[in-house]
Amino acid sequence: MATLDLAELDIRTVNRRLQGRTGDPNESAFEVLHPMGRHTLAAGINRPIDVTIRGHVGYYCAGMNQQARVTVEGNAGVGVAENIMSGEVRVQGYASQSAGATGHGGLVVIEGDASARCGISIKGVDIVVGGSVGAMSGFMAQFGTLVVLGDAGADLGDSIYEARLYVRGKVESLGADCIEKEMRDEHRQQLAELLERAGMDARPEEFRRYGSARQLYNFKVGNIGYY
Amino acid sequence: MCGIVGLYLKNPALHDRLGEFFAPMLIEMTERGPDSAGIAIYREEPEVAAKVCAYSADTRIDWSAIARAMVDDLGIEVAVERNASHAVFRSPSPDADLRGWFERERPDLRIMSSGAALEIYKEVGLPATVLERFGIAGMQGSHAIGHTRMATESAVTTEGAHPFNTGDDLCLVHNGSLSNHNRLRDWLRRHAGLTFQTENDTEVAAAYLTWRLREGDSMETALEGALRDLDGFYTFAIGTRSGFSVLRDPIACKHAIMAETEDWVGMATEYRALARLPGVENARIWEPKPATVYTWGST
Repeated sequence: MATLDLAELDIRTVNRRLQGRTGDPNESAFEVLHPMGRHTLAAGINRPIDVTIRGHVGYYCAGMNQQARVTVEGNAGVGVAENIMSGEVRVQGYASQSAGATGHGGLVVIEGDASARCGISIKGVDIVVGGSVGAMSGFMAQFGTLVVLGDAGADLGDSIYEARLYVRGKVESLGADCIEKEMRDEHRQQLAELLERAGMDARPEEFRRYGSARQLYNFKVGNIGYY
Repeated sequence: MCGIVGLYLKNPALHDRLGEFFAPMLIEMTERGPDSAGIAIYREEPEVAAKVCAYSADTRIDWSAIARAMVDDLGIEVAVERNASHAVFRSPSPDADLRGWFERERPDLRIMSSGAALEIYKEVGLPATVLERFGIAGMQGSHAIGHTRMATESAVTTEGAHPFNTGDDLCLVHNGSLSNHNRLRDWLRRHAGLTFQTENDTEVAAAYLTWRLREGDSMETALEGALRDLDGFYTFAIGTRSGFSVLRDPIACKHAIMAETEDWVGMATEYRALARLPGVENARIWEPKPATVYTWGST
């Protein structure tokens, strides 16, 4: 495993190496030391490598991730795994606001709590939060899944499109056009698979599902011929 | 943008090292606010009951002469200590109205702070330069709050830099912007008789709290009032003579993170400002919730 120490290297040097733009292209496992809350660490990786960051990171860690598996042994600042396309980003501590924002694919796991607007505007990513999520999580979420083992803050799923939200604990309030929906077999199965991928110990039967009432947005299925 | 930091030392044994812990926190917030920086330090000093921190852009100003005039007028002891563009006036008389004297006799000078423990230093320039100029890293005290400013609502001037102090020992720093500050400033002027030194939105928030505390509110009640009466985006860090508070607006889009150990409570816009505090690896770290008042010490 290659060791990159941020006490000695700057962020761009470390990110270039992780992105495979410098160093041995066959290296496939990295550990990053002394992140000290710095921003944009491990952003823009597009290759199947393992990255372990030993400590707390700042904003936009592992942003735009593709293929890589990035683990943060600590907390993450705003926008961890923002716009993730594929691969897996795991935060062992808690995540600040907008975790997994706008993500298109892949898996984001927050083992602790995630703050406000977790999964805002997601477009296909799966997010699993071991703790609770803050207010306005799943805001304008278009596609993908947000699984919360703890509670959800106010206005969950406000203005949601077609993403699925699963919450095991209490929901403080639902946002505009977000409603509770029936848990059918297909949902329990999806949830079981996601919990397993995330390594979370919980039973699908304990969760409730929330999604769009489809009254707010203008893409009525009946109008499909007009688009 | 802007960056704010606060450090409240719960363990008095660390008071000698306040500046040493605090200065690197503010420097870490340079990218968020390279225009100007300000520091509020709270330190209780033996035989000091009233302090005023004054500022003049005139490098040849004779601060000692001002202190002598004050002694003559008020008939109390006053000592003055120059610190770069600022000077701290100290008096052992608890009833000394030093601020009132300045407002009456020297309205040309800018009062940065008044109180029994509070001293505020602020200047245009990079945080590292401002800290160096005033020797903040060597200062002792119980708590400090600081601000690095990227201006949005008013000009980049020494006067427009945070923190703002509008009543004895109260000061406030702000990340965000208030949208109803003009009307509220007017109201506070006309109905509460408060005076303002700038057109800055944050000064209005500080004045609002001064007014509420004067009416008998606790800091907690005053901040709950602020949630109703202030419109805009904000994360505030607030200092009082023996307390420290944090408040975020109900949407909480302005970032904030807190860390607490047995010895201290730290608050910052970003975690990296806390990353060098002693024992941070075992601190409780959390993000303050929207519309929730956090306070330490007595307020």
